Amino acid sequence: METLAIALLGFFVTGYLVLGGADIGTGMLLPYLGRDESERRLVLTSFAPFFLGNEVWLVAAAGLFVGCFPELEGELLSGQFAVVVPLIVGWIVRDMGLWLRGRSATAAVRDGGAGRRGARTRGTLRRAACDGAVVCGSWTVALGWAWLLAALFNGSVTEPASGPAAVLTSAAVTTLFLAHGLGFAALRLTGAPFERARRGVGRTGTRQSLALTSVLMGAVVVLAGRGLPLYESAADGATLALLVPVVLVTTPLLVAVQVWLWRTFRRRVTHPSYI
Amino acid sequence: MPDFLTAASGPVDAETLDLARLQFALTAGGHFLFVTLTLGLATIVACVQTYATISGKPAHARMVRFWGQLYIINYAVGIVTGIVMEFQFGLSWKGLTHDAGNVLGATLAVETITAFFVESTFLGLWIFGWHRFGPRVHLALIWVVTLTAYLSAYWILVSNGFLNHPVGHRTVGGQVVLDDVGALLTNPTALLAFGHIVAGSLLTAGFFMAGVSAYHLFRRTPEYEFFGRSLRIGVFVSLPALMVTAAFGGVQLSSLTDLQPMKMAVFRQKTDEIAQLQAEMTSRFGPGDYVPSMAWTRGGALVMLLVFALMMYLCLAGTVLACIRPAVFRFRLWHVVLMASVPLPYLAMISGWVFREAGRQPWVVYGFLRTRDAVSDLSPAAMRVSLITFTTLFVLLAVGNALLLWRHARLGPVESGLGHDERGDAAPPGPGPGPGSDPGSDPVGPLPVPRY
Repeated sequence: METLAIALLGFFVTGYLVLGGADIGTGMLLPYLGRDESERRLVLTSFAPFFLGNEVWLVAAAGLFVGCFPELEGELLSGQFAVVVPLIVGWIVRDMGLWLRGRSATAAVRDGGAGRRGARTRGTLRRAACDGAVVCGSWTVALGWAWLLAALFNGSVTEPASGPAAVLTSAAVTTLFLAHGLGFAALRLTGAPFERARRGVGRTGTRQSLALTSVLMGAVVVLAGRGLPLYESAADGATLALLVPVVLVTTPLLVAVQVWLWRTFRRRVTHPSYI
Repeated sequence: MPDFLTAASGPVDAETLDLARLQFALTAGGHFLFVTLTLGLATIVACVQTYATISGKPAHARMVRFWGQLYIINYAVGIVTGIVMEFQFGLSWKGLTHDAGNVLGATLAVETITAFFVESTFLGLWIFGWHRFGPRVHLALIWVVTLTAYLSAYWILVSNGFLNHPVGHRTVGGQVVLDDVGALLTNPTALLAFGHIVAGSLLTAGFFMAGVSAYHLFRRTPEYEFFGRSLRIGVFVSLPALMVTAAFGGVQLSSLTDLQPMKMAVFRQKTDEIAQLQAEMTSRFGPGDYVPSMAWTRGGALVMLLVFALMMYLCLAGTVLACIRPAVFRFRLWHVVLMASVPLPYLAMISGWVFREAGRQPWVVYGFLRTRDAVSDLSPAAMRVSLITFTTLFVLLAVGNALLLWRHARLGPVESGLGHDERGDAAPPGPGPGPGSDPGSDPVGPLPVPRY
């Protein structure tokens, strides 16, 4: 049962890092990929239908973590308080930027139509602020993960990582986020942002590049999980006997829904959408 | 085995405790208020979309898009506040995951996996898949979103019900162990609260819908047909929702006598009963103060009951008025009242919540774990930074949410935004001409030009 619980936790965290990592990486690269207003909107559209479905992988993983390993969850989160709080703040800021950006655009259409110059400028400012929130939020989330993972690689649960090794590891993980986002962007975008993303990926095929970074994301999870006392801190048998079967039955359905989501929006983006 | 797994949690700085409690109260209360509107509005949007799909009426399709837009704005802000909630248990209430994690963690885990995950994924499909699916598939999507939202609320209330009235567990070595899943899932404290809150959410959404519609009718915007219809939906939903809320609330209140006698005694201000219960609990759990704050507990309950009474008069009068067509379109004083009463359900919800949670103190898990033993051993400085950060964020979110809702509500149904066909603007414009474009369809004769 414990092994199954660990496997499920690993699966959901990997799911988050592979899928959510892609939209975080693309968000980090927003200033590079999109040079003007409409290009930036296109870049955001490339992951707009997915980001909500991506971040729930982390919500689910956190739920599983507290459900199957409640003690370790408490120790890890309170021990890594200084890392987790900025990470969550970055997450919120990023999400708000994404959600609010399109909403201000709606108003700008109306205001612009009415020919009010001030309103149009305000709309531009608001969108710029939202773009800034997405970029800063994405970087904060990625750096937060990098810092957290640097500690977990060393098996340090209650102390945030420090020292030059932590800096190097963090830099490596952040680069992985960037590379992953770049591969995703090259697969989703069209036009000038696509050209920039492809230039970034280099001569490697886009699919191969994305596959490689995905595998690395998986490896990161295994590396981090190895250092954690998961077996020792698993919840009581009765809890696992309830939780693990429920999650095992539900997971294929969740995956099926996610596959449906990704299939529905599999085409490259050419127009902006709701975001 | 790492040493922290066996270490007992020591006494924690009193300031850390206060700050952690304040942070939890503010974030949980904030999240609760966002969810209230989300849950109710999702239900109404799903019902209207069902009607629009079956009848094929474009007017109702426009209502789905307008109210759906407001729903999504509120949902988006609600999600991020929920994220803070999920992580907060581990961040500042380590003792809770340590001692009660076997039960509490499990219910939270099931909530995220079976409810929230599905809800969010389907919401993405609903928002972005507006013109990619047939009407029936698209309708099914919003129903999945709505039903999983209810499921989510149920699981959260099972968790909260366990805190208020722990059932279905044994205690082994100072930790709870899951014993009887059936008892946990049918905990009366959870089920009654679920009924109370679901009906309360519909009430909140009903008042919200009526208030926004009243604004447009008051301003005499061209969309009077649209908002007249919406206003009636809001008002007609409110009255039964209020009755159901009150019924569940009444049963809950009477169940307190058995489940949480201290809360009941404080609510009724029975000094002798309080003293007797204090003595009983002291002999059972050792010395300590077992009396919750009178001001918060009794104050919360009284505000809730007062607001309930006020809402009942408004709902009764509103239901009569909404049956009279000229009143719906012309009775401007009523419009003002409807606009002004949008905050009332919120006030009732939050004060009821204060009554429920403040009245359970000093326990975090009633009769098992004290709040002060559950807090993480963080420094007051760390806790203060976290409190300030999250409070600032939540205030910004609440203000941003209110401003956005206000802007979009004021804007009325527009072609852009939710459900806008993104496949280029060559596509034919929205479903059917707006009702305002046809003066012949005026229900009560020509309206005067807006004066405001």
